[in-house]
Amino acid sequence: MTAAAPATMPGQPRRAWLPYLAAAAGLVSGLLALWAFGVDALDRAFSAGGGSLDWVDGLAPIAALLGAVAALLAPALGFALMAAAALAGVVSSIFGGLAGQAALITLAVPSGVGAVFSLVGGAEERAARENRPLGHIPSALRDSAFAAIVALALFGPLVGLRTTAGTAENLTILYRWGQVAIFVGIVFAGRLLLHLFVWRTGQAKRVAGPRAPRVTRTIPFAGYISGALLLALGIALPIFMINFYPDNGRYVVEVGILVLTYVMLGWGLNIVVGLAGLLDLGYVAFYGIGAYSYALLAAHFGFTFWLCLPLAGILAAFWGMILGFPVLRLRGDYLAIVTLAFGEIIRIVLRNWQSLTGGPNGLLNIPRPSFFGLLEFKNGGEGSFADFFGLQYSPVQRVIFLYYLILGLALVTNIVTLRIRRLPIGRAWEALREDEIACRSLGINTTNTKLTAFAIGAMFGGFAGAFFATRQGSISPESFNFVESATILAIVVLGGLGSQTGVVIASIVMIGGVELLRQLSELKVLFGEDFDPAQFRLLIFGLVMVAIMLWRPRGLVSTRRPSVFLGKGKSVSGAFVKEGHG
Amino acid sequence: MEYFVQQLINGISLGSIYGLIAIGYTMVYGIIGMINFAHGDVFMVGSFIALMFLIILGITATAPLFVLILALILVLVIAMTLTSVWGWTIERVAYRPLRGSFRLAPLITAIGMSIVIQNFVQVEQSARVKPLPPLVRGGYSLMEKNGFVVQLSNIQIAIVLTTLVLMIGFTFLISRTSLGRAQRACEQDAKMAALLGVDVDRTISFTFIIGAALAAVAGMMFLLYYGVIHFYIGFQAGIKAFTAAVLGGIGSLPGAMLGGLLIGLIETMWSAYFSIEYKDVAAFSILAITLIFLPSGILGKPDVEKV
Repeated sequence: MTAAAPATMPGQPRRAWLPYLAAAAGLVSGLLALWAFGVDALDRAFSAGGGSLDWVDGLAPIAALLGAVAALLAPALGFALMAAAALAGVVSSIFGGLAGQAALITLAVPSGVGAVFSLVGGAEERAARENRPLGHIPSALRDSAFAAIVALALFGPLVGLRTTAGTAENLTILYRWGQVAIFVGIVFAGRLLLHLFVWRTGQAKRVAGPRAPRVTRTIPFAGYISGALLLALGIALPIFMINFYPDNGRYVVEVGILVLTYVMLGWGLNIVVGLAGLLDLGYVAFYGIGAYSYALLAAHFGFTFWLCLPLAGILAAFWGMILGFPVLRLRGDYLAIVTLAFGEIIRIVLRNWQSLTGGPNGLLNIPRPSFFGLLEFKNGGEGSFADFFGLQYSPVQRVIFLYYLILGLALVTNIVTLRIRRLPIGRAWEALREDEIACRSLGINTTNTKLTAFAIGAMFGGFAGAFFATRQGSISPESFNFVESATILAIVVLGGLGSQTGVVIASIVMIGGVELLRQLSELKVLFGEDFDPAQFRLLIFGLVMVAIMLWRPRGLVSTRRPSVFLGKGKSVSGAFVKEGHG
Repeated sequence: MEYFVQQLINGISLGSIYGLIAIGYTMVYGIIGMINFAHGDVFMVGSFIALMFLIILGITATAPLFVLILALILVLVIAMTLTSVWGWTIERVAYRPLRGSFRLAPLITAIGMSIVIQNFVQVEQSARVKPLPPLVRGGYSLMEKNGFVVQLSNIQIAIVLTTLVLMIGFTFLISRTSLGRAQRACEQDAKMAALLGVDVDRTISFTFIIGAALAAVAGMMFLLYYGVIHFYIGFQAGIKAFTAAVLGGIGSLPGAMLGGLLIGLIETMWSAYFSIEYKDVAAFSILAITLIFLPSGILGKPDVEKV
């Protein structure tokens, strides 16, 4: 595999022997191509023009020949460029480096691609000559080479040409062809492996269009069992971690708090998107309103967390109704984009209303929560948590309390949602999701139904926001940007719309998994010392989001039971129901 | 009055950029009915590619006019080509496998792709802002009163001219060529078009390629106009361009251009006469108000739902 040769190049391009290696690879590949191709191919190609063969068949050998010629010429061109660079020794070192690297890229890529195309052409030629069917390997090779060219076009500029600050205020370019070669090599090899081992039919092209819906067999009580297991895990986690891993335990509990916050937000949004089918891209606005409500009420009126928590929820619900009114008539994507606009408007107002919200710096010194308003988490003294229970003071006590607090809040959200689904309003939500026109004709008041969905969803967002503010101790508008909204929506959709367990699983994977991944210092061995996993967090997050969606478009838990049913309830595959039509 | 004329000129230049991006949104929405959230980031990639090749060519404002124009056109073509590969790949990887799936799925992958592209560029090109010294300098003074000079700079002329040329070429492409005919056919009824022998997959790919190429033009013009880019410009510009597409009536190509100009003008006028901090609020409020009172936009067709 000559095309794999560039993949072995290290990241540093200025190694004298590399061009020679690439040249040798090109030479070998060219010779290989000529051998595979046979001498009589050209003859056939030209005689095929007027014959019975299709023009594509006639074209293949010509393409193969061109590939072989390119493979042979590329080293020559590369050497010429290198010689030019060497001769022009007086030219600045930047230009020399540029020419050398241009030589490298001219050597490696055309020779690799040319070799692949000529091999494929040769194989086709042989198959035709010996009158036997062509295996799928040649087409796989050709497709992979095509993917490699696309990868070169994609990553060539963005990876290969790094813009860095130069001597003056002007930018200069840092060339990194080695990394491009690695990217292209990965794409080529990955595509080839997929062809050979995954897509057995030899056809990369999958048929677009809806697949036949399929009713999956479900384990009875699977939902209850997994729910109970997750709950037990959730309750046991801090006790287990703090007792057995005193060093890292606190960090894990902090991650647990983060995950639970997203679980709560996901459950709150699930009411709007999963149950009522209203696509809301600005949910983070209510999270922000909750957080700012608590912070402002505490700062100006000295209200405690326990008084502010319900107030934050009520205020957020109020705003949910205000923002819900204008969008009652909108559906689907239009609704999504207007809610997104509302979310952005609220963030911009928070950022610019300096006198009230502190502008971009946000609000600091937000009071931390007390133990149900009775005891404080402080080091000793009157009314401290540690003294009252006769414990040694430790900062971890507050973390554990926060953990159970958010766990409780999230469970309240879940229980309310589960109960409300069985009430008339919950049934109306689900009916609205399935078909708005049918709802209207059956006399359901869609205005009230939508507004309650917005308000109740927003209320839980507000609770979560107040919790966020008290946990952080400081908030700023940038905590409530669009990426947060997208994250919460992604959790709901990836988990499987309307599924409560799915939200938990998706939060653990998307938030916890990605969070833990960035702690992996072992990756430094793979990618070098200056590798910082933290900066890849969002990149990995996005990739996981795309990958899960491609793998399971209906979400991780895609089988749902209708909340209310006549007679015997049946599980319905997600493929049968439509959601999010608004 | 002079101040107003100046703002009008600025608004039209900005609006041209928004309009070019909006075309990508409106075409994609028209043909497959999804919001291509990653389109704003394709615009950002386009401006980065333009920046790189401008630096490689080492062209400066002092170069002879002929060389400068040639270099700019060359970079424009390179940026359009490479950016359309991005547009094509995004569709192929993230949207095509989900075609015919339920409709939130491609929206989520689109948001995912947007996050991926943004952070990929951030990782590979660093999070710093990338300045470019102005290449197209000079301009004309149109009028002067009380010491306030109305400037029409060469770059603004270039932006509006390029947009005009591209719009004419693009209108020709959609209305006269077979590819454009296939595109319009798929937009009306993809299944019927497929039955009549139109390659729907290829037409959709073509739509993405055209959209990305126009976004690359917008990206390069943004770079030349403002002289500074960073990895996050795609989000803001993308949201505004989508607002423009909705304002003009989604699915309507002249509507996208009109919406772009309107959004550009609203933003500039709001910054000039009210407050620069709340210019985005103005644009988003216009979006909400339009959708509530005129759900199909200015030039859009009303969407009738049949039962």
